[in-house]
Amino acid sequence: MSKLIVSMIGITVVGFIIWWFFGKHEQSTAIADVKADTQSVDIEVNGGYSVETVILKQGVPAVLNFKRLDSSSCLDHVVFPEFGINRELPKGEIETIEIDTSQVGKFQWACGMDMFRGNVIIEK
Amino acid sequence: MSVMKRFWIALILSTPMLANMILMPFGVMMPGGKWLQFGLTTIIMVVAAGPFLQSAWASFKKHHANMDTLVAIGTITAYIYSIYAMVIHEAVFFESAALVITFVLLGQVFEERMRSSASNAVEKLVDLQAKDAEVIRDGETILIPLSEVIVGDVISVRPGQKVAVDGVIIEGVSTIDESMVTGESMPVMKKVGDKVIGSTINSNGAFTFRAEKIGDDTLLAQIVELVKKAQTSHAPIQKLTDKVSDIFVPVVLIVSIMTFLFWYVVLGATVSNALIFAVSVLVIACPCALGLATPTALMVGTGLSAKMGILIKNGEVLEAANDLQTVVFDKTGTITVGKPVVTDIIGDPQDVLSMAASLEESSEHPLASAIMVRASENKIIPPKITEFRAIEGKGVEAMFDGKRVFVGNDKLLGDYQIGAEMAVKVQQLQDEAKTVVFVGRGDEVVGLMAIQDEPKATSKAAISALKARGLKTIMLTGDNERVAQSIANQVGIDEVVADVLPGDKAAHIRELQKTSKVAFVGDGINDAPALTTADVGISMGSGTDIAIESGGIILVKNDLRDVNRALILSHKIVNRIKLNLFWAFVYNVLGIPVAAGLFYGIGLVLSPELAGLAMAFSSLSVVTSSVLLNKVKISQQTRIV
Repeated sequence: MSKLIVSMIGITVVGFIIWWFFGKHEQSTAIADVKADTQSVDIEVNGGYSVETVILKQGVPAVLNFKRLDSSSCLDHVVFPEFGINRELPKGEIETIEIDTSQVGKFQWACGMDMFRGNVIIEK
Repeated sequence: MSVMKRFWIALILSTPMLANMILMPFGVMMPGGKWLQFGLTTIIMVVAAGPFLQSAWASFKKHHANMDTLVAIGTITAYIYSIYAMVIHEAVFFESAALVITFVLLGQVFEERMRSSASNAVEKLVDLQAKDAEVIRDGETILIPLSEVIVGDVISVRPGQKVAVDGVIIEGVSTIDESMVTGESMPVMKKVGDKVIGSTINSNGAFTFRAEKIGDDTLLAQIVELVKKAQTSHAPIQKLTDKVSDIFVPVVLIVSIMTFLFWYVVLGATVSNALIFAVSVLVIACPCALGLATPTALMVGTGLSAKMGILIKNGEVLEAANDLQTVVFDKTGTITVGKPVVTDIIGDPQDVLSMAASLEESSEHPLASAIMVRASENKIIPPKITEFRAIEGKGVEAMFDGKRVFVGNDKLLGDYQIGAEMAVKVQQLQDEAKTVVFVGRGDEVVGLMAIQDEPKATSKAAISALKARGLKTIMLTGDNERVAQSIANQVGIDEVVADVLPGDKAAHIRELQKTSKVAFVGDGINDAPALTTADVGISMGSGTDIAIESGGIILVKNDLRDVNRALILSHKIVNRIKLNLFWAFVYNVLGIPVAAGLFYGIGLVLSPELAGLAMAFSSLSVVTSSVLLNKVKISQQTRIV
């Protein structure tokens, strides 16, 4: 009997894992605050990036303010391959990263181990 | 708290448990027993493992999972079960949780060090920059910080000083050590009119130069920018690991639950035994090794190449360079020196040269400059001439010493006589694909000069090295067939495509691409379309902007042998990436089944502690393997022949 219960619980947990990690879940998106001639977005780094998608306006100088709260070594760097940026994120401090917004497109960023990702979308 | 501190705390607190584990078979028991273990492990879980738990929880809330998730769930399971076991007086395994944390942290301490040593190539380059410059303004020499130097400044450089920015020498002669930027180990002789590169080191002479490029425009700044981009770029091979890492952790969680169920429900093992297998599965799985395999090798590899004056733009280029079949070369300036020189003089050399030099002195024709260079080498001062005039499309003539003298091409032959012996020579020289210039006095041709753009000293060795690698070599040139073929024969190139208009080079590359992967090697100045069309564009322009812009691989040094070296390097880097990925995959593919107890029947099992140790060393070994790329020797098999 107890084995049956354990099996049921185990299978339920597997189902939950599949739904939780592989199911469709909404991504947090932020549209940059355009103030005068600059735009900025704050990104909190804690078990991933919040927000995960950033929308920027083309041609307006932009900064992303990363703040790492997580002490995992997975997230201690942020890499933007297209912009040649590989920056260390000191824990608890705000690290400002300038983004070149001259080109429209979708650019991915990732953590140093390429396990967590986010996107910058530059629109007209 | 730093990883280092957490590691020390975990190590010190887990040592008594480790000692207990080792001494237990000998009948020695620790005082305090389970209660001591519980106490020590609790501190480790809170202080050393706390950040793992926080990170795991934070990413769980975002529907993500990472390595920390596995470590956290694995150790928490062991810890909580042990508390339960302690209450019901069964065997505990606190030490598993404690040692797993210790080993994982140990791995992270090493890994952090290795990762920083993998990425410091760029910082080393930036450190090369001079801090200040001695600028001559209004006749006075003042020392100013590098950032205040402007274009047009005249800067003086004393022996042993660093050249501040890029520019052209206006006074003085010296030899300069350019190895830090170009990878060229021999110091280079520089005189008035020669370009100097910022951050290189002046050796013995003193000179002044005019600043031409400052700040982000300098060659070094451009190299740094390029290397940074290359180091963070993605290699196409990573797409595979991206897909795997997305699902890796949740899949491992499921496998772990299945392992528990299988042992407990199907095989009827005790809860604690089934749990040990499940925890081992969680702890041994290492997604980090997969994630680190490519970026660390790319980082070390592109940094290493940059040190040798070979700039590889990104991972894509690197992979493309690894499966080339054909290398196409531009002729002028790439295979040849790009400056025509006088190779033969027939007749009395002094007489022929001085006549030719005086006639060509004011001409801007490239052949004329070859004659003037040779004349100055022979220390000839051109005599004064009068009544200078050009013979349309044929040459020039003038009066000298009361006699008419002339210099020109073979179209002059209709007007003047040439001796039979001389005529034979003309034929001979033309067969060698040399341009023949006729020099005459009165009505007679008295001398000949053969002019040719010679292959670089290193070209032959470079081509034969590429052929030895099984690559097909092709020369693409706008020159006529005969000249092109002669150069090709001299350097040993397989195939010649001559009479190609500059605009048609890209079309020819496209044609070749139908049957093979093609690299194009050019100097960038008029080859930009061909460079960007080819699968791999290799530009050698001694750092011109266009070369940097349009090439996928940029050879800072003007040495054709670097083409081969670049291919060797990309081969080594790609192989290292593949090796890393192979180990990372094999490790996980083999480690997880072993940890799950699949080989229990043959006595092969892994305790959670050993799994933790294995996990720590898997990502460490991948990073170490990448850093070891630095030790790779690029043998200099290609001698100058």
